[in-house]
This record gives sequence, structure tokens and C-alpha cells, in this order.
Amino acid sequence: MNNRMIQFVIGKILLVEAALLLLPMLVALFYREQVIPFLIPAVLLTGLGLLLSLRTPEQTGLFARDGLAIVALAWIFMSLFGALPFYLSGSMHSYVDCIFETVSGFTTTGASILPEVESLGRAILFWRSFTHWVGGMGVLVFAIAILPMSDGHGMHLLRAEVPGPTVGKLVSRMSDTAKILYGIYLVMTLVEIVLLVLGGMSLFDACIHAFGTAGTGGFSDRNLSVGAYQNPYFDIVIGVFMILFGINFSLYYYLLVGRAREVFRSEELWTYLGIVGASVLAITVDIAPIYHSVGTSLRHAFFQVSSIITTTGYATVNFDTWPSFSKAILVALMFVGACAGSTGGGIKVSRVVILVKTSISDMRRMLHPNAVSTVRFEGKPICDKQIRGVHTFLTVYLIIFIGSILLLSLEGADLITTFTAVAACINNIGPGLGAVGPQGNFAAFSPLGKLLLSFDMLVGRLEIFPMVLLFAPSIWKIRPRIKFRQRPNL
Amino acid sequence: MKIVIVGVGKVGVALARQLSVENRVTIVDQNTQLIDNIINVLDVMGVCGNGASYDVQVEADVAHAELLIATTSSDEINILACLVAKKLGVQHTIARIRNPEYEKQLRFMRGELGLSMSINPEKATAREIARVLRFPNAVKLESFSKGRLELVEYRLNQNSQLEGVKLSSLYENLRVRVLICAVSRKGQTIIPSGDFVLKTGDIIYLTSSPQELEQFFRHLGVFRGKASSVMIVGASRICYYLASELMEMGMSVKIIDQDQKRCVAMSEKLPRALVIVGDGTDSELLQEEGIQQVDAFVAITGMDEANILMSMSASRQSGDCKVVAKINRKSLVDLVANQGMIDSVVSAGAITTELILQYVRAMRNASGTQVKTLHRLVEGAVEALEFGVTAGVSFTGVPLKNLQLKSGLLVAGIVRQNGKIIFPTGEDTLNQGDDVIIVTTDTSLQDIRDILQ
Repeated sequence: MNNRMIQFVIGKILLVEAALLLLPMLVALFYREQVIPFLIPAVLLTGLGLLLSLRTPEQTGLFARDGLAIVALAWIFMSLFGALPFYLSGSMHSYVDCIFETVSGFTTTGASILPEVESLGRAILFWRSFTHWVGGMGVLVFAIAILPMSDGHGMHLLRAEVPGPTVGKLVSRMSDTAKILYGIYLVMTLVEIVLLVLGGMSLFDACIHAFGTAGTGGFSDRNLSVGAYQNPYFDIVIGVFMILFGINFSLYYYLLVGRAREVFRSEELWTYLGIVGASVLAITVDIAPIYHSVGTSLRHAFFQVSSIITTTGYATVNFDTWPSFSKAILVALMFVGACAGSTGGGIKVSRVVILVKTSISDMRRMLHPNAVSTVRFEGKPICDKQIRGVHTFLTVYLIIFIGSILLLSLEGADLITTFTAVAACINNIGPGLGAVGPQGNFAAFSPLGKLLLSFDMLVGRLEIFPMVLLFAPSIWKIRPRIKFRQRPNL
Repeated sequence: MKIVIVGVGKVGVALARQLSVENRVTIVDQNTQLIDNIINVLDVMGVCGNGASYDVQVEADVAHAELLIATTSSDEINILACLVAKKLGVQHTIARIRNPEYEKQLRFMRGELGLSMSINPEKATAREIARVLRFPNAVKLESFSKGRLELVEYRLNQNSQLEGVKLSSLYENLRVRVLICAVSRKGQTIIPSGDFVLKTGDIIYLTSSPQELEQFFRHLGVFRGKASSVMIVGASRICYYLASELMEMGMSVKIIDQDQKRCVAMSEKLPRALVIVGDGTDSELLQEEGIQQVDAFVAITGMDEANILMSMSASRQSGDCKVVAKINRKSLVDLVANQGMIDSVVSAGAITTELILQYVRAMRNASGTQVKTLHRLVEGAVEALEFGVTAGVSFTGVPLKNLQLKSGLLVAGIVRQNGKIIFPTGEDTLNQGDDVIIVTTDTSLQDIRDILQ
């Protein structure tokens, strides 16, 4: 465990966060709002960041467990400091609420404890949504892109932060890979902002919604989310961009460098689009009687499906009032999630595909015990290690999921609310059903419940292992005491 | 620069480690596990698959690479990988080719198949061993300017006359023109100035002409002449190359190996060598074969541990015998090098890596004033480079003391066009047509003009 290096990298990350706080400060200056709530955390972060990263450690090597610890600690610290503006501005009264809101922002969940957001200051709303944008692609990826951490050890960081069962580099330099990812991310966000502004949305609202879409977060500055506009154009633009941000970003890179054939051959992409298409179709038919027109129901079905599968969490209608079949589809989509290597959460389409395929092959082996079969994904055989990785992921995921439901049910909310609250948090979606539905919020839970859900959100965003392994004794080098017993004389 | 390395065994990894610092490196190998492990520690991209296949090379984006290095264990795959890469538009291709049969057609392969360089690790290792046997005082020996200037690595053992000597007084008293251009002391590398004091255990790097170096060691009373009889343990391929080279230099060679068949094959190929079947670790056998009388003992079996043990016992049995061991594993090399019992350690992997790195550096510098030779000292911490001074250099004719040279940089020697060697003082100047040897800790030197601040 290279503690000095961990401190050093976390110090750098805190400095990056301090720099990120400059943007809401500018917004506050522009709208003549309070700057102090942003200035104090920025100064604190700069001070602490400089203190931690002042001396370059002699040993710059990072091993797997250092990478995991850095990622988990960085996200926890970022959330603790990122919550300060909410607290200092007085928008929320309890610090636990602020933490919940910030974690929900950084993990691109979009679950809120605020019953009403329209009265908040512009700068606070901006920071709230900006955390989505930062958390979507990951702050460590950002740090790798801009900070000189040239040795290859950063791969452990990238792997711990970027979602998906495997992480590949786009180009040989890690910092170049990170730059390409952020470049694509930035350009797509800007295009969405422009399209929304062209449709008549104000620049500020366009930024808020583009941040929410890009990070697949789901914070809006309207109480009714995107539904407040009642504008089909916005629904379609945001709906399509949610789908786009849920696609593996390396595919965009392949498109850019003219390797389009690989994009069209991508099994994950087609499965993802297939799931979206089938769900939209089924829900459209199911809800057609409510909206009386196929066009409207298609639009609402498409928006909600794309919002849930990419784990964004925007809503144009209160889908809590939809028929059970549609709700069941949406809950199923919550777990599927977006593609690996995108900004979305959930289990990820690639994992689902691998799980289904290995199950089929295992069942075939029950009929033909001596059959030899290889499971292929994206045209390549998957090795046992990968399959085991996916199975372990799912197992730990389920254990945490069920454990969280058990703990949260002590709060006394009804089962649907409890179940979907945990599902919405661990899959980084935002709204669930029942009391935490699109029109509801998470305010009713106790502080302990909110911290539990915050933990779930971090678990979901960092794909379980960094957060869980943080509790492993060997990460902190705590050795169990061994008492040597005297050997019996022979 | 974009570089693709096909096959990441020992050499491939060492190359990736060195090259990934300044270049964009992609590694290709069939072993997924290996690729995974390397990606975790080095900033390189990995592609899994057969490096000689077109599809895999396209996936590795070979078409946009400037250099492809093929170091798989198979000669054929290496050659094919280079061929495919050449057709994809790669300018430079380097292949590791072991089989002597292919080596004979090297000219054809270079001309017709467009191979830029081929490396035979065994032959290169044999050459390196032969070099130190020619001048046994050196731990390692490199040459500049077509052999007019040599660079010698020398370890200060106990009771050396150099102990506690100040460099400036050394130069005055000896009246031999040598220059100590770098010193490695306990892992630290120093480019010494005049008031530097030598200590036991230092590893020093000397430059001078071959004759003056000989005189220098004679003055110190430790000179060992060219080895005339050599005992080699291990009848491997390196042994074949080494024995033929040594016999060409007029040395008598004894080869010992346990394997009857290999011994027979060796004696067929080398009729003038004495080949003995026996265990090289058996000290009685070594005594019987006259370990006390030979000038040099070379252990080059396939086992690192056996080589180390044999060399140690050989150096104990015979005091002034030059002992050379082949050790492939880096950790063992570090362990043994400090013991002082084994005079020189060679490793085929390290030598191959070195040669390829030299080529890569020279290739990068091809645009400016060319690096004529490059030697890496102290495991790459120091570089000794030879530049030709061409017309484009602006500071010709200016005394060196008036030039703002970088720190940690030494102009170690100037070879004038007429072959005269100068160890420059502040008054000397660089002239057009000179060969200049620069020793520096700055390993990014590209051009003679880079020596200025």
C-alpha cells in the first residue's frame, strides 16, 4: 500500500474539484448571487489539496489495491466537500441531506431530497447539475487527462472508475485515451445545448438539462422535470441524447477514426438498441388507452424507456400512474442499465449478454455433458476469468441490494417504495416508484437511510468493488495477530 | 513516434518499458494474461492475437506506426510479421532472427523483403563476451569512432591503487591520457569533476584509445593481457558463435557440456576446439581440465543458477582468471553484480534490448546531425553518444569554456578528421568533420545542438 502516493493523487483530485468550483462561482457572479458558499469550499479544497500533494512521493508505483482505494476515497472526499455549497447557501438544512444530494449528483443518480427546486439559486442549481457532468465520465479520468501522471500505473484508476466488465484503451497513451473520451463527451454535450437552445430553451436551462443528460444523471431545474415544458421537440432531443450517452464511448472513437464497421458489428450496441426498441413498442401498446393517440404514447414511452435504461431519470409524465405491465418493464430496465464504457449505470448490457449466453451454454452442457462450447461476445471467445468476474459482480451486487432493502425496510415505507428506492440508487437512476416516483422525492427517509442510499449510489457508480474492498483489512494492511503456540515436545 | 512490438517475452517487455516513456507503444501477443499484466504496469496499448496476421496488425493500427519490432520466439513469425507490416506501410521493421540458416540470407531479406534490421541475440551475446575477453580488465567494453576510442567499465576492487585518489591528481601523475567520464556509486550516477575522489566499490567508466587504456592499467599494475586460453561451459548456440570468434582471434578454446550429443555436434562444427563431456559444476573435473591455467572462464549454460555457482567456484579456484557468466534474470544480475566474484555478467535479453534501443534512437535522430553510436551505461541512467559535427552546427570554432553546456553533461572526447584524439579542455573547439563523444545523464539528447542549455 503506497500511502504517500494515495495521498498525493487524492490531493490532486481535490485541487481539480476546487478548480471545478470556479464555474458555479462565475454563474453566481453573473446572476449576482452569493459567491461565498462556493468560495469557502474552494479555498478549503485548495489548501488541503496543496498540503497533500505538495511533495511528490519517491515511489510513484500503484498496485491494484492502491487504485481501488484511491478511487473509492476520492469519490467519498469529493462528495463530502461538494456538499458544502448546498449547506453553506442554506438550500438544505441538514448536512446529511447535502451529502445525499451531492453523492446523487456525482454518481449521476439524480435522486433528490428536495420537494421543490425552482426556488433555489441559479448557481446552486448549476453546481447540482454540473456534478452530474463531472461524475458522468469520472473525475479520475479527467485527472488522468490533464495531470501529468505518465506512468502506466494509472490503468488501475481507469479500470476502477470506468464502468464495464473490461476496460480497453483507445490509444496507447492513457492520458490521450482520457483526453479523447472527454473530448467526445464535451462535444456531444455542446451539441445538445445548441439543439436545446435552438428549440427555444433558455441557455441556463439548456445547460442544466444537457449536463443531466450527458452524465445520465437526471437533475432538472423544474419540479416536473422535462415534463414541465410539454414540448415534443425537447422530449425527442433529450430522449435521443440519453440513448446516445448510454452507448459505449469507444464506438464514437471508432466512428471518428473511420472504423465504422466495428461499430455496426458491435453486439452490445445492437442488443441495447433492440431492448430499447422492444420496450418502447410494448409500453406504447400498453399505455395507448391512456393518451388516446399513438404519437403521444410513443413519445412518452420512448422518453421514459430511454431515461430509465440509460439510468438518467428524467420524466415527461408520472409513470407511477401507468399500468403495471409498463411499470414492470421499466423496473426490469433499471437493472439492465446502459452499455459498458458509457456514462450510464446499472448492471450493463454487456454483462447481461454474457450472463445469458453462459447460462444457455451451461444448460446445453446439462443435455450434452461432454459438449465443448465457447461463449463468444463481440466476436471473441470470453475467457473463464471474465465470466467469473461477471458472476462475482452479480453476486455481490445482489447481496448488497438485498441487504440494503432489508435495512431500508426498517424505515417503514411500503415495499414498492423501499424496493425501487434501493434499485434507483444502486443503479444510479434517480426516481423509483411509489413515494420516490417521478413526482416524489427521498426526503422522507431518515438520515441513516439517506447515508445507506448514498453508499448504494457510490457502490453502483464505481461498480461495487472499490467501495466494498475499501473495507477489506488487507487494503489497510491490518494484520491479524498471530499467537505462536509452543510446540509440543516430540 | 508510434511503435508496435510483436511478442512480449523478456526482450519485448524490456523494450516496451524503455520505449513507452517517450513513444506511443502498442504490444501484440497471443497470451492474454501476459498482455493484461503488462498493461497494468506500463502505459501501452495491448492487442491480443497472432502478430503476423493481417487482421491483428490492422487492429493494432500498424499502418500508422513508424516502427515494428518482432521479438516472438519464432523466427518465421517474426519475419512474416515484418513482411506484413512493411506491406501495410511501416518504414522500419526489426526482427529477431536466431536461426543461422536465415541469417545467411540476411542480405536478401534486407534488400528484397525490406527488413531494416535483424538481431541474432546469441551472436550479439557472443560478440559482447569476445570483446571483454580481448580486454579482460573491463567489465564491459564499447567502442566509438570505428574503434579509435574505447569506453571501458571498470570496478574498483579492494586494495586498488585508485582508492582515495583525486581525479585531477590522477590525470597529472599518470601521464596517460584517460578520462573518467562517469562513476556509479551505490546506485547513484555521477558525472565527476576534477576534485572527485574515488572509493572502493565504485564502478568507473573510462574513455581513451586502446593503447592508452592498456598503459593505464599497466601503470596501476593490474593489466591483464588478451586471454589466450578460454574455458566455456555449455555447448549452446552462443558457445558456437563465441568459440568460432575466439579461435579466429587465435585463442585456444575448451568446451565442457554434460550432453554427449551436443558435444559431438559441437566438435563436428568446431574441429579445432577441445570438447569435453562432463559436469561443469564439478570442481574436480575443472581442475583436471586445468582451470588454473586458463585465462578466462565463461559459463553460458541455460541455467542462471548453475552459471552463477560455476563462476563463483571458478573464481575461487583460480585467482586471476577472467570470469564471465550469462544470467538472464534481472534480479539475479543485480544480486551477483555487487559480489565482485564474477567479473562480467552478460544477458542475451539485455543485449538485444540495447541494440534495438540504439537503432530506435538513431532512427529518431536521422533528421538532424546523426547519432553515430550510442551506448547506454549504468542500466540506461547515462548515455554515451557519438555525433558527427556537420556543417549546420553553429558553435564550431568556439572554445568549449564559452559554451553554455547543460549540467550533467560531459564532452568526453573529440576525434579529429585526421584520427587525432583530444580530451577536451576549456580551450578546445569543435570543428566540422569531428566525431564528438558526449556522456550525459540527460537521456533525451537528440542532436549535437542539444548539448547547449
